[in-house]
Amino acid sequence: MIALYIATGIALLASLIASRQKTLAVLKLAGKRFIRILPGFLVMLILFAIAITLVPRETLQRVLGKESGALGVALAALFGSITLMPGFIAFPLSGALLSQGVPYMVLAAFTNSIMMVGVLTYPLETQYFGARVTILRNTVSLIIALIVAVATGFVFGEIGW
Amino acid sequence: MTKRTKQIVQIAAVFAFGIFVAISFGADYETGESIGRTFTTTLLVMLRLLPCAFVLVALFDVWVERKTVERHFGESSGLRGYLWASLLGGMTIGGMYLGFPVAYSLYKKGARLSVIFAYVGFAGACRIPMTLFEISFMGAKFTAVRLGVTLPLIILTSMAMGRFLERRGYEITE
Repeated sequence: MIALYIATGIALLASLIASRQKTLAVLKLAGKRFIRILPGFLVMLILFAIAITLVPRETLQRVLGKESGALGVALAALFGSITLMPGFIAFPLSGALLSQGVPYMVLAAFTNSIMMVGVLTYPLETQYFGARVTILRNTVSLIIALIVAVATGFVFGEIGW
Repeated sequence: MTKRTKQIVQIAAVFAFGIFVAISFGADYETGESIGRTFTTTLLVMLRLLPCAFVLVALFDVWVERKTVERHFGESSGLRGYLWASLLGGMTIGGMYLGFPVAYSLYKKGARLSVIFAYVGFAGACRIPMTLFEISFMGAKFTAVRLGVTLPLIILTSMAMGRFLERRGYEITE
């Protein structure tokens, strides 16, 4: 987290040296966006807090935890495929789940399928690509999301060789 | 529901939640207290990360001109086509929603099918502002693994799909 602050600080300083006006615009834009997403963000956190409190820790561990293995990844991918969630909600949520002991691998399946697979955007996509290519493209995307999840599992030592 | 009413509903929900937690503490309702505490601790962690994420995204949006990339897109082919596709995809705002119409207009301008699929893939998976959020909350290692695996796979599968469909005389319509 300190690295993140340092990186942001350096980038902001560089921007300030290059142009005061643009840096002011940057801060205004960041502030405006932050205020705009704040209500939705708080609602997500409320739902998270309620779910985490009501769902027993063992159940969460069993369904999405390290022991869940392929089932957790599959569930996360399925859930990610059928939800529409902007990145600024999905990643904070994943960060919060991470702190609850949900493995990186499961979160990779979740975030990647959110980003790449669109069941709810299917009607929109078929307008351009047609049904068959839309299904083909989304299937390929889902497979990519699962491959990324497995790779993440290996890198973070969540799957043994 | 319009954006405005949606926001009003959300704000009302936040207030209702605040009242619920306050009453829970007043009445010693343990589950309610516990929900309130989980909410507060998570919120505090998020509030430490969010400012950085928003400032980084805004820096990117203010300093990088999308038009420059769009201008170069039409001229290039081969591997450079994928490079521009990835850059343009990385700058797509709103993800797939806006990705499809843009893909269609690029196709009309003569971009190859495989490059179009690559663009849509990048617009979904590799948007730079979103990636900045990802790094803030999940760490750089997580993002590095994801991009390292996703980027080559998107290019490979797009090439395969493009070739296969071009041979079958497939066309993108509106």
